Amino acid sequence: MLFYSFFKSLVGKDVVVELKNDLSVCGTLHSVDQFLNIKLTEISVTDPDKYPHMLSVKNCFIRGSVVRYVQLPADECDTQLLQDAARKEAVQNKKR
Amino acid sequence: MIVGTLKGFDQTINLILDESHERVYSSQQGVEQVVLGLYIIRGDNVAVVGEIDDEADKQVDYVNIRAEPLNPVQH
Repeated sequence: MLFYSFFKSLVGKDVVVELKNDLSVCGTLHSVDQFLNIKLTEISVTDPDKYPHMLSVKNCFIRGSVVRYVQLPADECDTQLLQDAARKEAVQNKKR
Repeated sequence: MIVGTLKGFDQTINLILDESHERVYSSQQGVEQVVLGLYIIRGDNVAVVGEIDDEADKQVDYVNIRAEPLNPVQH
């Protein structure tokens, strides 16, 4: 639930999603769900010559299970806070 | 990639796609379109569901696009 809340706080920001099939898609984070499925609007592919497959797509839904990385600018994330919160959650999950 | 009219879906992203056709990209020849009809796609196999913007789609010259097919998803 932690990272679901984290992504919810990033809605409206521009991110780059790198998928497990090596495709990278840049876009505005529109929404996220409990499976960390991602909806992006106004997308553009990072390397359109190699990947012209998405030329006619403006908005897309990305299945959470195929995401390798979500790249965001450093100033959108308090790394210390996130690290501490993740540690706490890990301890909680271990106790359960 | 498969293009069609999304008729339905569920929590696991199983999809029902009507009037579907597969776009096969190749580095040697233009895009090949294979007509499929009504398809049910199991969600496990879905990576991205993209909404096609008809205006943008008309601008694309599918006959002259050369591209490697997309890589398979590796977990």
